[in-house]
Amino acid sequence: MLVEALRSGLPWLAAACVLVSLGLAGFLSRVAITESSALQASMAGALLRACAVFLIAAHVVASIAREANDKGLELALALPISRPSYYLGKLAGFACAGALLASLFALPLLAWAKPADLAAWWLSLAAEAALVAAVALFFASAMAQTVPAIAAAAGLYLLARAISAIQAIAGGPLASDTPLAHAARWTMDALALLLPRLDTVTRSDWLLYGAPPAAELAQGLFGLALYFVLLAAAGLFDFSRRNL
Amino acid sequence: MSRTERPWSAVPGWILWLLAAAAAAQIGWRAAQHAPAPSAADLPPAPSAQALRVAGLGEPAVMARLAMVWLQAFDSSGDNRIPYQRLDYARLIAWLRAILATDPRSEYPLFAAARVYAENSDPAKARRVLDFIFQEFGADPNRRWPALAHAALLAKHRLQDLPLARRYAAAIAQHTTDESIPLWARQMEIFILEDMNELEAARVMLGGLLATGRIRDPEERRFLEGRLEELERRLTGSSKAGPR
Repeated sequence: MLVEALRSGLPWLAAACVLVSLGLAGFLSRVAITESSALQASMAGALLRACAVFLIAAHVVASIAREANDKGLELALALPISRPSYYLGKLAGFACAGALLASLFALPLLAWAKPADLAAWWLSLAAEAALVAAVALFFASAMAQTVPAIAAAAGLYLLARAISAIQAIAGGPLASDTPLAHAARWTMDALALLLPRLDTVTRSDWLLYGAPPAAELAQGLFGLALYFVLLAAAGLFDFSRRNL
Repeated sequence: MSRTERPWSAVPGWILWLLAAAAAAQIGWRAAQHAPAPSAADLPPAPSAQALRVAGLGEPAVMARLAMVWLQAFDSSGDNRIPYQRLDYARLIAWLRAILATDPRSEYPLFAAARVYAENSDPAKARRVLDFIFQEFGADPNRRWPALAHAALLAKHRLQDLPLARRYAAAIAQHTTDESIPLWARQMEIFILEDMNELEAARVMLGGLLATGRIRDPEERRFLEGRLEELERRLTGSSKAGPR
């Protein structure tokens, strides 16, 4: 997986993302009348996080689609290798690619953030990229086509980022008291149980005001790890049932 | 079972167990975490209208409404008996102003200001919101009069401040030009003058209104003529009682 990632256009795309993010953040910091460094750091952090998520998801989906088109999957499974080993190997490879991407994106932020704060951000981004790789692998394996797989992965990611805000709004004091509103609130709460809390990890404000306490960071990372295992199990289940 | 799927028995038992355990752990973990409701103290400083427009990516109408929904979620924690009472009203009004400037045709910010935030039992906070409504009314009287009419009612009944109520009612009568605006809104000043015992001024205004011929509904005209006669009787009575 890592060799494939290196041979594909992923490194060049990642380098372009770094350049564009730093350029945009630098431009905005020039027009800011105060907090220019903070603006640059937070903007670059947020952009690079979005780039990492998009690149890893697109890379995973494209890789799986290419393998399906080239009949590489049939060839691999003709070898003495079990389906779980094949799937988990793929997942581990994509997670490592995500970690490499996170490392590349964290390096330029050393210019603004303290190393200890950046380390927490980097660790969190690596875990988030691994989770997104697992999401993309699950949808790419379950769906035959590229666009639906990317759309599903993006939808799940955005929903996980927004679910806490949606819950807060749904439970606000001005929310109506009708049965329909109760049902909507209950649906949101039930949906939240099935999603990771991505709004609490890899936050740009860590680069400005310092990393969260270790316990809080560990809690966030544990939630990501738990969801990673759930996605891996769901992917293994689906992959084991599929007829090739 | 479709032909593209293998039977359940083809799935290794450990994968089923892993899937069940991971799903249970995910649901348990998320159920143990409560999404914190944003509290009054969390209301951040308001952005500029330009910043909101940029964030809306060319959709200011959507952005303004989403921002209002988001704003509503504040101070929804369960320990607050009167919603919004603890909000920082300087920040709240800055948010309302920025949202209104983002989409000046939206009635949402002024509706929320008049019907929700101005209902605060703290008179100082209520007055700040009423003042905000009055300031914004002038930019588009024909669209924004309902908020100012409610503000006049609040000033009269909640704050017991008849001069303030009259000021708002007079603004509606003077600045609105749309024929579709109900006459009760334009006649508010007359009734407030009556409450202030400014009978002569009320009689002049009511007589002037009837003389313009704008009141075409016969029932309404008869009702107002009755009120004018009543005013004149009271005036005559008070002038007779005066010298005693």
